[in-house]
Amino acid sequence: MSNCSCIPFKGTKEQQKKLEAAIEKYKDQSGALMPVMQAAQDIYGYLPIEVQKMIASGLNVPLEQVYGISTFYAQFSLSPKGKYAISVCLGTACYVKGSGKIFERLKTVLGIDDGGCTPDGKFSLESCRCIGACGLAPVLTVNEEVYGRLTEDDVDKIIEKYKALD
Amino acid sequence: MADVNIKFNGIPYSVPEGITIIEAARLVGVNIPTLCYLKDINEIGACRICVVEVVGQRNLVASCVYPVSDGMEIITNSERVFNSRKHNLQLILSTHDNRCLACVQNGHCELQKICRDFGVDDVNMFDGEINHYEIDDSAEHMYRDNNKCILCRRCVAACEKVQGVSVIGPNERGFNTHIGCAFDQPLGDVACVGCGQCIVVCPTGAISEKDHTKRVWDAIQDPTKHVIVQTAPAIRATIGEMFDYPIGTNVEGKMVSALRRLGFDKIFDTNFGADATIMEEANEFIERLQNGGTLPMITSCSPGWVKFCEHNYPEMIPNLSSCKSPMQMLGAIIKTWYAEQNNIDPKDIFVVGVMPCTAKKFEIGRPDQSASGYPDVDAVLTTRELGHMISRAGIDFRNLPDEDFDNPLGESSGAGTIFGATGGVMEAALRTAAERITGKQASEVDFMEVRGTEGIKEATYNIGGVELNVCVCSGLANARKVLDAVKNGEKKYHFIEVMACPGGCINGGGQPVQPSAVRNFVDLKSLRAMALYSEDMRKSIRKSHENPAIQKLYTTYLGSPGSSKAHRILHTSYVERDKF
Amino acid sequence: MKNVAELIKIKEETLKNMKSYKYNIRVCGGTGCTSSGSMKIIDELEAQLEKAGIRDEVNIVQTGCFGLCALGPIMIVYPDGYFYSRLEPEHIEEIVKEHLVGGKPVLKYLYAETVNDGEISAYTDTVFYRHQHRSALRNCGVISPASIEQYIAMDGYMALAKVLDEMTPNEVISTLEKSGLRGRGGGGFPTARKWVFTKNAKGDKKYVCCNADEGDPGAFMDRSVLEGDPHSVIEAMLIAGYTVGADEGYIYVRAEYPIAVEHLTTAIKQAREYGLLGKNILNSGFDFDLDLRLGAGAFVCGEETALMRSIEGKRGEPIPRPPFPAIKGLMGKPTLENNVETFANIPQIILNGADWFSSMGTEDSKGTKVFALGGKINHTGLIEVPMGTTLRQVIEEIGGGIPNGKKFKAAQTGGPSGGCIPASLIDTKIDYKSLTDIGSMMGSGGLIVMDEDTCMVDMAKFFLEFTIAESCGKCTPCRIGTKRLYEILEKITSGRGEIEDLDRLEELASHIKEISLCGLGQTAPNPVLSTLRYFRDEYEAHILEKRCPAGVCKALLSYEIDADKCRGCTLCARKCPVGAISGEVKKPHTIDKSKCIKCGACMEGCKFGAISKK
Repeated sequence: MSNCSCIPFKGTKEQQKKLEAAIEKYKDQSGALMPVMQAAQDIYGYLPIEVQKMIASGLNVPLEQVYGISTFYAQFSLSPKGKYAISVCLGTACYVKGSGKIFERLKTVLGIDDGGCTPDGKFSLESCRCIGACGLAPVLTVNEEVYGRLTEDDVDKIIEKYKALD
Repeated sequence: MADVNIKFNGIPYSVPEGITIIEAARLVGVNIPTLCYLKDINEIGACRICVVEVVGQRNLVASCVYPVSDGMEIITNSERVFNSRKHNLQLILSTHDNRCLACVQNGHCELQKICRDFGVDDVNMFDGEINHYEIDDSAEHMYRDNNKCILCRRCVAACEKVQGVSVIGPNERGFNTHIGCAFDQPLGDVACVGCGQCIVVCPTGAISEKDHTKRVWDAIQDPTKHVIVQTAPAIRATIGEMFDYPIGTNVEGKMVSALRRLGFDKIFDTNFGADATIMEEANEFIERLQNGGTLPMITSCSPGWVKFCEHNYPEMIPNLSSCKSPMQMLGAIIKTWYAEQNNIDPKDIFVVGVMPCTAKKFEIGRPDQSASGYPDVDAVLTTRELGHMISRAGIDFRNLPDEDFDNPLGESSGAGTIFGATGGVMEAALRTAAERITGKQASEVDFMEVRGTEGIKEATYNIGGVELNVCVCSGLANARKVLDAVKNGEKKYHFIEVMACPGGCINGGGQPVQPSAVRNFVDLKSLRAMALYSEDMRKSIRKSHENPAIQKLYTTYLGSPGSSKAHRILHTSYVERDKF
Repeated sequence: MKNVAELIKIKEETLKNMKSYKYNIRVCGGTGCTSSGSMKIIDELEAQLEKAGIRDEVNIVQTGCFGLCALGPIMIVYPDGYFYSRLEPEHIEEIVKEHLVGGKPVLKYLYAETVNDGEISAYTDTVFYRHQHRSALRNCGVISPASIEQYIAMDGYMALAKVLDEMTPNEVISTLEKSGLRGRGGGGFPTARKWVFTKNAKGDKKYVCCNADEGDPGAFMDRSVLEGDPHSVIEAMLIAGYTVGADEGYIYVRAEYPIAVEHLTTAIKQAREYGLLGKNILNSGFDFDLDLRLGAGAFVCGEETALMRSIEGKRGEPIPRPPFPAIKGLMGKPTLENNVETFANIPQIILNGADWFSSMGTEDSKGTKVFALGGKINHTGLIEVPMGTTLRQVIEEIGGGIPNGKKFKAAQTGGPSGGCIPASLIDTKIDYKSLTDIGSMMGSGGLIVMDEDTCMVDMAKFFLEFTIAESCGKCTPCRIGTKRLYEILEKITSGRGEIEDLDRLEELASHIKEISLCGLGQTAPNPVLSTLRYFRDEYEAHILEKRCPAGVCKALLSYEIDADKCRGCTLCARKCPVGAISGEVKKPHTIDKSKCIKCGACMEGCKFGAISKK
């Protein structure tokens, strides 16, 4: 069941320093594990075993506990995200307005599944729950950019736009 | 605490305030079934099998966690309760590998029994998608089959709360939740210590030891093999449970008798190995004490503990006694001294250990455990596996005559016997060390302070003018506490006994599985330990160094304890292992 | 900050400062409007004001949500309160020139409903705002959430000062009790009782938690409060801390709400700087501080015991109650937990009195309720109405009815825990009891409107899919039972249903409700049970006639070309991704049903209305 990524870990010294600082900051607080894992997710973009081991050692908790948490919460990712992370809202309001179709179209166009990443590392795709832009339903985001009131045809245009970018 | 008045199924009772419904039920003679509940360590209300009606509550409540209160009316035998439990069982079965006949737990499975009790007639009622899991047989001692797992999390509680090992836990969530290691690595690749405490609490056959019975049958049937069996101190106190004896019945004579009928060539007693261990360990301790060696010295009989130390406290490896465990010592003695004396090539000797322990299956493959050039021990059977072999051979255990171990390696002292309970090694060592240090025959042999089933015990003894601080702990979570206290200087001990399993070997991971209905309400540890301490009292020889066979071993072969020959045969070394 | 006098001074200075501007412009900076580009509007506005040389005369306030998200980005120009909607950056230059310099509002960009024959009416008179009563949302869209001074100018922290100066904890509780306030997170538990339990619990340490893990898909009430008025929650938590004897608090907020997180972080910092958080608050001897904890994407963490496990840094798995969090909560200590909207009501209840609050609403449901209006409705957005308002008022008046002339079919409240309310019950009053009586629930405030194109079986399936994905997996009935419920629905929607499946659904649904460990499992079957109750005929149509009346369930659909209407333009054949349509040019085409994947592309493309689905 592991969705452990096969992409080799390329953490830098700098990233490690940041993580160590986060561990240091929260170490003595109760419930330190979640904020530290969130910091690590921000620093590395995902939580591979190398990073989880650093967290487990730093906070003196079992590695399995860290992993159990990382697979419980949807926000934590075990594989790196694409350069352009696409997230389609499947919240009720969007779903009623056809976001399911948008999502299917993206899967076909990109050739990847929910949670997947294209082999070139350019696009990753995931579904999400309400991002609160219900007035714009159906909605998707590419990194921070929000695209709303979508039709299926818009999907192709959006992908083309990012393909054209480096 | 005050009593409260409650009603069970309409009948009034008075029970102590603050206890749970399931505990109250037990007091009034009602057994409520449960699959996840383990007293004190797994009170999570997850399986929802123990649900009962509480008058005034809209929903059914989980009796394992719901406290009684004054005036409470509880109904445990209504159609509503029965139906709920049945539906819940059927939901469980819809994700459970139901090939019961081919399951190691067939006939002993808690899930199976509850299904029978609640008349589950249609096992396919809620059939649907299931997750398929690879069976993890990467560890030397056991396998895990998540297809049979019902996610009661008892194993997780045992691993985390009892043992402080925490290599398994719930991964992912919802329907995909499954028990596994970090990154779903195989158990053999992580810091699992092999204690098997997860096995004895599993209500189904999802976790079990690796079967060595075939190896043993094959050896017995091989005419070129001289097959020797040795039984650990604790087996005589527990194997009876496999044949419906009351818990804590010593059936040593019938056990020996059964082993002989299984076809073993010699039946020796690991108690002898325990006596040898004391000779070496007491000597090692005195040397460390007198020559400024590394203290505290920590016992090394428990292979689960040794592996735990190597993973989690590698800096304390020098504190570990270099003595092999009693099983390995006896195996080494068999393949050297006994082989020489009887003119048998050690390569033709097959030594089987019957152990209360699953970590022993790992231990026999450790490096530096082959005194004769061949592994000291070739196969390890748990108490359960021996029970199954006896059943398969059709031996009517209860009607066997009592027989004795073979000599000379079947002779032992009371000190060897009590190795099977927490504190036993310490007490045995003190009996010998005290005389060694003072040079005088001691009249007092009972060291009561180190007995009992508490997880951590401390005592100070004045022996020959020296104050000795000793500590005895069992259960690795307790070991963690003790080692941390030693490391940060809070505690100063000279000698520490650690047993991986809570209560020691009598409660080992290889012992008969008692269902939670027994486990939660019966003090297994005390009852089983009692059988060993009574045996010790009965023995005429209660100190290891007074065992005549041991004396003969040293005079004719090893020389003195700690001699270079003794070191070569009876001592071992350790390796540092990764924390995760 | 030492006392009330200092608070009043800040209030007066702030108000005076605002009056010194010729125009005060409020631009909505809520998530909805930000997504539609309100930040670009602000940038453009500043640039144009600069260019026109009147930057000093105009005060731009980036506020929280105005509510009418469907019309975003929204901007209101005061003193007159002119309401611009659906703005584009290109509109700004004209507005600055004509309106702010020239004094003439640009009618074409104003919200159409406020313009009648060239006359501009107040936006508060529009149907969307007319029926609303903003209590929890009082400051949303009014003040800058980034400014503690503006909050103080709206009598912020006066309730805290009043409590610390004049009220005992018991008096606070009795005020809450008289007000009739009930938990706004879904359960509707009387707030005063929760506070009493925590206050009476023995413990050397107690906590106050704010549940801002708003997870219902389609609900964003709490987000709007946090984005628009974070101090109201902080003030209420302080009052709670004083009342129950806690000195530490946590706000657990979804990480998916970056603006809320940002505004809360700023607000906490400001409150600390003003001495409103920390030691000896307002010289009263009362100490209290709080911290943020971010959720990480788990709906179940909205359940209070799961939320506390998450704050403790564990998997967010609920634990059995009793013991209740009031006795043994966060870190095993007595803990008071309320949701955002509940807290947001409290300062006003203290200031205006219990009678003021209880004068609104119905017998058992006092005050107002915030709803996030979504789905097939014209005015998607955020509304706050007095309890007891009818569903009809909300949908037909405030919500502006159903788009495209479609018929209203059902409304869903309570999210995955709630139920669907059919059109026949549109006159139901919105209060706790009425909604529960008809098999739905108040929930936290998501209100999704469905029209005739929505299949109710599919809707039930959608919610079950959500529950399965969000179930923590701890207890048997929820982990396995919800999955099996979903599978039965899947069987029905794919045309393999049998009539016995309806009994199976009901039986399993009641089983899950009755014995699940936590609220998530206990309510997960509600969408199934309520649709079965009101739309059984739709289930039966799927099963007996293998037909989806709303035309949603793909497996039950078939597309056909009406030979009389088809002109043979070949467009459909070209649109079809699987080559299922064939025919000669200018002759009627046909669909090969064995190839058709029912994507609907042909029908969308046909210019002659010749293709229909059945």
